[in-house]
Amino acid sequence: MEIKFSDKEQAFRDELDDFLQRELPNDWAEKPISWPHDYARSGYQDEGDSVIASIFMDKVAEKGWLTLFWRNEEGSPASSYIEQAIFEERMSYYRAPLLDQTGMGIVAPMLLRTGTDQQKQKWLPRIASGEISFWLGYSEPNAGSDLGSVRTHAVEDGDEYILNGQKCWSSGAHLADYSWMIVRTDPEARKHQGLSFFIVDNKTPGITMDPVINILGDHSFNNVFLNNVRVPKENLVGGKNRGFYNLMTALDHERITLVGIGGFKRMFEELLDYVKSTKHNGELLAENQSVRNKMARIATRIEIGYMLFWRTAEMLDHAQDPNVESSILKLTATELARDMAELAMEIMGPYGQLSGKSKWAPIRGLVARGFLESISATIGAGTSEVQRNIIAQRGLGLPRR
Amino acid sequence: MNTDLTEEQKILRQAAEEFLRKECPIDLMRQRRDDSREFDSALWRKMANLGWMGVGIQEEYGGSGGNFSDLAVLIEAMGGVCLPVPFFSTVVVSAATLEQSSASDLKTKLLPRITAGELVCSYAATEPGNTYGLVNIQTQAVPDGDGFSINGSKLFVEYARSADYLLTVVHEGKDLLILMVDSSSPGVEIESYDTLDYADQCEVRFNDVKVPVSSVVARGGEATTLLKNLEERSAVGKCAEILGGIQVVLDMSVDYVKDREQFGQVVGSFQAVQHHCANMVVEVDSSRYITMQAIWKIAQGLPATKEVSMAKSYTSAAAIRVTKLGHQTHGAISFCDELDMHLYLRKAHAASVAFGDEEYHLEKVAKELGL
Repeated sequence: MEIKFSDKEQAFRDELDDFLQRELPNDWAEKPISWPHDYARSGYQDEGDSVIASIFMDKVAEKGWLTLFWRNEEGSPASSYIEQAIFEERMSYYRAPLLDQTGMGIVAPMLLRTGTDQQKQKWLPRIASGEISFWLGYSEPNAGSDLGSVRTHAVEDGDEYILNGQKCWSSGAHLADYSWMIVRTDPEARKHQGLSFFIVDNKTPGITMDPVINILGDHSFNNVFLNNVRVPKENLVGGKNRGFYNLMTALDHERITLVGIGGFKRMFEELLDYVKSTKHNGELLAENQSVRNKMARIATRIEIGYMLFWRTAEMLDHAQDPNVESSILKLTATELARDMAELAMEIMGPYGQLSGKSKWAPIRGLVARGFLESISATIGAGTSEVQRNIIAQRGLGLPRR
Repeated sequence: MNTDLTEEQKILRQAAEEFLRKECPIDLMRQRRDDSREFDSALWRKMANLGWMGVGIQEEYGGSGGNFSDLAVLIEAMGGVCLPVPFFSTVVVSAATLEQSSASDLKTKLLPRITAGELVCSYAATEPGNTYGLVNIQTQAVPDGDGFSINGSKLFVEYARSADYLLTVVHEGKDLLILMVDSSSPGVEIESYDTLDYADQCEVRFNDVKVPVSSVVARGGEATTLLKNLEERSAVGKCAEILGGIQVVLDMSVDYVKDREQFGQVVGSFQAVQHHCANMVVEVDSSRYITMQAIWKIAQGLPATKEVSMAKSYTSAAAIRVTKLGHQTHGAISFCDELDMHLYLRKAHAASVAFGDEEYHLEKVAKELGL
């Protein structure tokens, strides 16, 4: 038992801290307006900020940190999963510009594990340099949490597949270059069999996108329609009809990538400053028993989230399959995202409802946004109910119906 | 970063679980309910023969070495069987406090007998009207000849009627003073109370009890430091005890819902029941890892006030939530004495209020956050 970083891990963490403090403007943490563990990420308010973000991402790529998540065929790591987790934690703590997590965290590891040499040579360098970005083409109108119901299908035609169907909840599809798409390649096969992965260029004729405006008023999602979209056969990754099998391992890596654990700590620090400096009805919030209790409760649950986060990374390092543990982590972090927003709203009382435009708005109106934004946390990437099913059925061996 | 037990600890855990399963069936707790006076001295001696009373104690006092994280492995295993003997107050509270003190004569006199299983100790700190923490202590030690005379009353003194010594917290003027009071001293009056956990929790009244200066464990600043350590170590110890219990509650529930049929199928196939079980898993895991962090810090001798209070606040509440879900998944049988579930609920409650409940520790966390 050792609940601390090794010297190597600590050195990496220090290097990251130096880098992030040096390469990001001092007030950068005040720019992003997203709540911890959000999925409905939006762009920057200000054109200048987008430029800063883009330059920053180039520097991260130069450092070689876009490839931290990659394994070679034998699975031997470029860095440990704990180091990846440290990277994720520090990046989210500083609210650093969001990297292409789909490309870096999902597509590249899958290519490395299941791609052909030719596919690796073609795609990996472009992902590693940050040249191209991906959106995740999993969900469909009738396949949300249940990917076995994917109906978008591909039919062979010479050197190509012809794709038809619809994807939805496609976050950032309008901003990315390619889709990492799961598609049915065998219509006769049972639900989860007969699915395959494709890399699909957004510019391919036959692809149209409709924006979907989320409850924050932002364009984050899209409905994507595929009408006789021709994709070269060489863009099928991981073997025909082996998509779901390959996906099951990918999702576990995704948990570390997407949990954004450092964002909770940063948000909590802002709340702490707020209650220490704000009076309601003449009384400092920090001296109010109910506020103290709520703050301690949030801090404790964040600490638990951290421990579950490290535990999941550690299991991956020990070549253990954290299938159930990553569901526990996802469930814990997303329920906390909602509860933290609720408790913060309760602490702020009527001021919590003010958007960032008002001078009376606490913490730039972030909590008001978070109150809405965190609705997506317990729904996206597998609802809380699906996570509980996984814990009960795969973890405890209770019967599937 | 390594959240796993060491190989030695895994062996210790397995050996402890096997021993306790065999020697300490949970029916012992029902026996205590029916006759709370005598604890099982045969079981106590067997535990001593395994070296358990000396875990975390130096070998020069007959201890078996090891550190607090080894001790926590044992406590967790004991929580799994609701062990009804005064191990916690003797070893976790008293022996460790004595060992950390500078009272060398007292250590030489008592520690070898404690580690040999010859002595039982209990902890007398809380006074009528008080709850947690060592505030508002009224019992005063007044100089009297070659020692002190004490008058006062202490509550929730576990297994006091079986105890040879009472680790007693009093005031000497405005300072804290820790005494190891011989329970057979004239003027010590013990009255057992019926509590939910059948742990023979007693009121101990000191009526002009003469305590020689040789019984002083620590005074002044040293006493304050030792008591801070005692409170933190014991709070985390209770977390480990809770963990042992709620893990068994979860296991019992999963076994039951896989077997029990209603509406023509096992109830474990219903999603509502599955989600109860999944929530129990999350609570048990959360308790385990937040506790592990505090255990590790204490074992390393690092400051752990915040981590301890995070662990105890969360785990105290989780103990009740998990055990009540255990009752819910078992249905009506869980309201019957014949099912062991209520014994775990009784123990869960006792452990959740021992050394500070959820609210008490949340306030300590708030202070540590600078609020």
